[in-house]
Amino acid sequence: MPFRLLRFALSGKYPEPRMFRDRNRLKSSYDAVIVGGGGHGLAAAYYLARDYGMTNVAVLEKSYIGGGNTGRNTTIIRSNYLTAEGVKFYDQSVRLWQDLSQDFDLNLFYSTRGHFTLAHTDSAVRTMRWRAEVNKHYGIHSELVDADGVKQACPQIDLSCGGHAPILAALYHAPGSIARHDAVAWGYGRGADQQGVEIHQQTEVLGITVKAGRVTGVETNRGEIATPRVLCAVAGFTPRILQMVGLRSPLSIHPLQAMVSEPMKPWLDPIIVSGSLHVYVSQTARGELVMGASLDPYELHSTRSTLEFAEGLASHLLDLFPFLSHVNVVRQWAGMTDMTPDFAPIMGKTSIDGFYLDAGWGTWGFKATPVCGKTMAYTVANDRNHELIQDFSLSRFANYRLVGEKGAASVGH
Amino acid sequence: MVCPVNGARPVSEFVCWGEVRLMLDPNAVNDATWADYVFNRNSVPDIKREWWCHTPSNTWFIAERNTQTDEILQTYLYNGDAA
Ligand SMILES: Cc1cc2nc3c(=O)[nH]c(=O)nc-3n(C[C@H](O)[C@H](O)[C@H](O)COP(=O)(O)OP(=O)(O)OC[C@H]3O[C@@H](n4cnc5c(N)ncnc54)[C@H](O)[C@@H]3O)c2cc1C
Repeated sequence: MPFRLLRFALSGKYPEPRMFRDRNRLKSSYDAVIVGGGGHGLAAAYYLARDYGMTNVAVLEKSYIGGGNTGRNTTIIRSNYLTAEGVKFYDQSVRLWQDLSQDFDLNLFYSTRGHFTLAHTDSAVRTMRWRAEVNKHYGIHSELVDADGVKQACPQIDLSCGGHAPILAALYHAPGSIARHDAVAWGYGRGADQQGVEIHQQTEVLGITVKAGRVTGVETNRGEIATPRVLCAVAGFTPRILQMVGLRSPLSIHPLQAMVSEPMKPWLDPIIVSGSLHVYVSQTARGELVMGASLDPYELHSTRSTLEFAEGLASHLLDLFPFLSHVNVVRQWAGMTDMTPDFAPIMGKTSIDGFYLDAGWGTWGFKATPVCGKTMAYTVANDRNHELIQDFSLSRFANYRLVGEKGAASVGH
Repeated sequence: MVCPVNGARPVSEFVCWGEVRLMLDPNAVNDATWADYVFNRNSVPDIKREWWCHTPSNTWFIAERNTQTDEILQTYLYNGDAA
């Protein structure tokens, strides 16, 4: 290892191959421009090129790729949602994930762990049973297990939770997984780049030109570009982009924080989530515990961390695992999440021709990265909403057709 | 955060209830306008007037807050001026 490091110091040229080309020139026009180089934008670029042969495409990222919520999330992948629309959609995503490392020839550390959502009250048990039945109906491996079942999979857990919130049962979801988040952005980025898509970092979209209800181009800090199609995939920045084209939405921006512990030997195989205790935790291949909780309670466009969050999360984690009391926290961070009132995304065509939206992914969009890329690529290439996303359009609010995924998405991400 | 009645208190004692907006008359507007009022929000970072409640004392008041820096500029009791 030290010798390999030395090569970097001594060689004049960067001694490893780059994941994608550094583009120094923006062209004056593209067939499509994707705003946002997170997992979603890069996945859409990848499938646009691979499945629809659209390669005259630019991905514009104001910072560095994967530096948004993609690189800040806690990487839980699952499909045990509550509504038929949700379950079908996320199931497609989980299937895509399973082959992705092969597709990319890049190790995503995709690791299937099994996922337990703990129920501490009768009403939570009822919701878990409901979710299990919806899932089974669509052929997804979820079932209700009793407290002993939880103990068997995770012997270290204190089933009484310090006496004040005893675990009654749990929704077990076998395909629940974790993956290495930035590798997802790199994998899609490299794949898109190899097919000719241009990735421009440090390129911020400052305006979008719309003429007679049609997109005609974008303004950036590096000049203007003409394009008939713009896909907006900017998560917590979506309201600012929507303002550029004069659209309104129900999105509300809240920070979501997370933290990791120092590495320890592997002891936690499954992913454990408790909605009532506002905590979820998994252990990475490196041995760190990745921990998160619920949203910060009010609107804020910032990625600051707070002590209240670390204290609250630590105390709830100790309810579940008292023996962690001497373990150190090594990092804490936040991302800006774009929340919708029905905990479902906003995707597809909009009232502006050529302006497509992939947003409202809030606290749960990492798992959807592959399927969002696929369905948005279809939608942009054909100028028609993919059938899996029809129920997620922005117009559902004006038509009072909300999706109702809150029961399955609020803390569990 | 400074409650106009109880003075400076830890922010965990407060709940934010969103931007101060003029309520439309549901009988006077069409469905689309009503949906816009019910669902849509102005979520671009800005200095906003928001409803807050100090929960232990149930004091409702208005705060002017910068939603990008989280700086609270001032807080005061509602004076009937909703717009
Ligand atoms: C702490 C935390 C934990 C989470 N945990 C989970 C989880 O366990 N499971 C799960 O499924 N999801 C989780 N999520 C949600 C998930 O991270 C997001 O929904 C998902 O990563 C969104 O991906 P994206 O590509 O749409 O957005 P991002 O990765 O945020 O990418 C958007 C990009 O757009 C860029 N951008 C913004 N404005 C402009 C502009 N004007 N011009 C150019 N570029 C611009 C940004 O710099 C950014 O890189 C979590 C989120 C957070 C914050």
